[in-house]
Amino acid sequence: MSNLHDLAQRLMALDDDIVYCMKCGFCQGVCPIFGASGMEADVTRGKLALISNLAHETIKDPEAVADKLGRCLLCGSCQAACPPGVKIMDVFLEARELVYGYLGLNPVKKMIFRILLAKPSLFNFTVRLGAPAQKLVFRKTGEAQNTTCAPMLNFMLGDRHIRPLAAKTSHAEYGFVDETRFAGGLKVAFFPGCMGDKMYTGVTGACLKALRHHKVAVYMPDKLACCGLPALSSGDVRGMLEELKVNLKAFAGKDFDYIMSPCASCTACIKEHWPRYAERLGAWERKLARDIADKAMDINAFLVDVLKVRAASTNANALAVTYHDSCHLKKTLGVASQPRELIAANPACKLTEMAEADRCCGCGGSFNLFHYDWSRKIGQRKRNNVVASGARVVATACPACMMQLEDVLSHNHDPVEVKHTVELYAESLR
Amino acid sequence: MADQALVKDFEDMLGKENVFGSEADRQTYSYDSAVLTPVVPALAVRPTNVEQLGRCVKKLYDNGIPMTVRGAGTNLSGGTIPDRSDTVVILTTGLTRIIEINTGDLYAVVEPGVITADLATAASKENLFYPPDPGSQAVSTIAGNIAENAGGLRGLKYGCTKDYVMGLEFFDATGELVKTGSRTVKCVTGYNLAGMMVQSEGTLGVISQAVLKLVPPPKASKALMAVFANVQDAAQAVAGIIAAHVVPCTLELLDNNTIVRVDDFTKAGLPREAGAILLIEVDGHPAQVADEAEVVEKVLKANNATDVKVPKDAAEKFKLWEARRMALPVLARCRPTTVLEDATVPRSQIPAMMKAVNDIAAKYRVEVGTFGHAGDGNLHPTFLCDKRDAEEFHRVEAAIDEMFDVALKLQGTLSGEHGIGTAKSKWMEKETSRGTILFSQRLRKALDPKGLLNPTKLVGI
Repeated sequence: MSNLHDLAQRLMALDDDIVYCMKCGFCQGVCPIFGASGMEADVTRGKLALISNLAHETIKDPEAVADKLGRCLLCGSCQAACPPGVKIMDVFLEARELVYGYLGLNPVKKMIFRILLAKPSLFNFTVRLGAPAQKLVFRKTGEAQNTTCAPMLNFMLGDRHIRPLAAKTSHAEYGFVDETRFAGGLKVAFFPGCMGDKMYTGVTGACLKALRHHKVAVYMPDKLACCGLPALSSGDVRGMLEELKVNLKAFAGKDFDYIMSPCASCTACIKEHWPRYAERLGAWERKLARDIADKAMDINAFLVDVLKVRAASTNANALAVTYHDSCHLKKTLGVASQPRELIAANPACKLTEMAEADRCCGCGGSFNLFHYDWSRKIGQRKRNNVVASGARVVATACPACMMQLEDVLSHNHDPVEVKHTVELYAESLR
Repeated sequence: MADQALVKDFEDMLGKENVFGSEADRQTYSYDSAVLTPVVPALAVRPTNVEQLGRCVKKLYDNGIPMTVRGAGTNLSGGTIPDRSDTVVILTTGLTRIIEINTGDLYAVVEPGVITADLATAASKENLFYPPDPGSQAVSTIAGNIAENAGGLRGLKYGCTKDYVMGLEFFDATGELVKTGSRTVKCVTGYNLAGMMVQSEGTLGVISQAVLKLVPPPKASKALMAVFANVQDAAQAVAGIIAAHVVPCTLELLDNNTIVRVDDFTKAGLPREAGAILLIEVDGHPAQVADEAEVVEKVLKANNATDVKVPKDAAEKFKLWEARRMALPVLARCRPTTVLEDATVPRSQIPAMMKAVNDIAAKYRVEVGTFGHAGDGNLHPTFLCDKRDAEEFHRVEAAIDEMFDVALKLQGTLSGEHGIGTAKSKWMEKETSRGTILFSQRLRKALDPKGLLNPTKLVGI
């Protein structure tokens, strides 16, 4: 794109969607960043107005619009609450692609998305080098959360309290998995996601244990790329497509009934974005992505809806567990009752709802990287609700939410553990 | 863009993070929920305490700069759209403290930017009830509700915002603090300036604090749904319910267009042939609720209701209200532009008004779906169009003009709850009188000699 007028012309393609915004402002009630900043340019109504103005050339400052577009967690809360049902997430992703593309993608991001996350062996190699070295720079912070911080890496990590990388990644632990069906039973493809593979390996282990318990055969390739959502969020569609091609190859021609991930964001990406963006690839990729998307299902939903896991009668001294609805799970995939059922399936857990359980935790993937101060502010509201519930464990079904919850709880020195719902369920299995 | 010295002064006064001067930020304070042309202000400022609010007003008055006060910007008549490019928008969204909820004397004291639903929730935690429930209550602010006299679904039994304002503090155009009303049930000290401020649409002063009446919550409620072959029967039923001395807390109507579209979208199995659906809720003491529900059911059947549904539990009741909840979202999805009107007529004139709306829509070849508060005669004819199509939008405007004519002929009003703003100001004299306009303008000029408070809104200055 050579000039601003060309950018405007291309943004006009979004006008048919944006025009449905009736400016009712209901997005103000659910938007996490607006809740923290109170600025109209941060809420969906304001962002849509700015994209429209850039398209109609009534604002000629694409940097300013790009900056506003970046101040969004892509949590989808606004879309779920939007009376006229504007396809807000599609508009935002495409606007980011066009505007960031016009301004030029950040070279660090380009390197990460197109090279590191799209090349499983390189990413794995990097982690293998990094994991032992981290002992030298990380020191322990939260007792309950098992988090660490790294003052030496403040320039890069800020004051984050995060879990160290796993000593052994899931793909190193399990290798290439391709089980045969147990007596004609179900078979699922398992997509651990970057965090399930490299950081929350215990979550992956719990999922595999639960699947084995129910005699569900697993296909888990060892060379998977990132699901593509971080690249898409940064407007790097080329990077996303590189990753998608690697992943499609890994699942092509394989026999499975469902595909699932312990990460709600990965599952949502597989279901929604893989077929949508595969349209830009060849016929083979398009069909494959559609077929895979049709089989994508959240693991909580699979356990409860397909395998019929049900709440158990609670022990007398059961532990109070509260549940945080991950945005991509509830608002994108529409899964809310099943994770709660799964927690209750562990007799040692008693579900205690927190206020605003489905309000975004403030992680938002790369939002956390570039707007850590806002992320923490949004997270503090979630932390206050978690603590007020009186629960000793907060469960959720997305590793990105887990990382954010651990960070804010650790910073507040709260004795609250963070667990994946499937981890809690797996604990009840012998 | 505002003068640099002025921006600097505001930054010193409020902190940089509360002064919004960039082009992108200013553009996002150029609109509200009305389908009107945006006007980009020179600056937006966000005081974070009441004293700062007064200083902002004074500073703007001293500098002769027009000001528009904005809460959540959900106004449907353009009341929060800046008047001119040199306007400064004053945001109340930094003033969100609930100062007191008094359970003994049944009132709340709040800052102007408190969100309506947050007040209602805070009151209900003390087992008290703040009834006004405008459609935007999840995001709208209390001062905006007062400045527009916002209504809602419970208007028939519980009244509108004006019925809950016991006292106000506000800054006049010059930044002088004015106090009116009190925390007492009775108060006749001085003019009833709080009454004057209600529905003044930001033209007479800037609200800084409100004392609002709270009431004990009803102990029980019961919902009913009735299906009618035509609007006439539904309207007769509404009249019959009131004549039987039952005042339901909500009495909502959906017309055939709305029913069909909602059913298309939700596949809920609504009666697609019905001329109208009434949704009724009675509340109060359990014994009274049971009696009243029985009376309502009888009246509905006596007025040719073809079907009456009474939900057995909360889940069924929730489902019953689904059709009403989905009315606006579904209509809004049909076409790019949704023009939500609120012409209001005496209850008895609902059939005449509904017929006129549909006739006018046919005459101008525009799409309309109507739902609304049948108990108050407050209908929401919702025009569906694409404002990018100038010819079509012109027909919609002509249809709305004609609809106002009919509403006035039926002794109704231009606006039941959305306000006049700039959207309906040209019609003011037709409903009222030349004298009303002149009186209002003289009032404004006396209180705001420089004509700076939302100058073009309502009757103008």
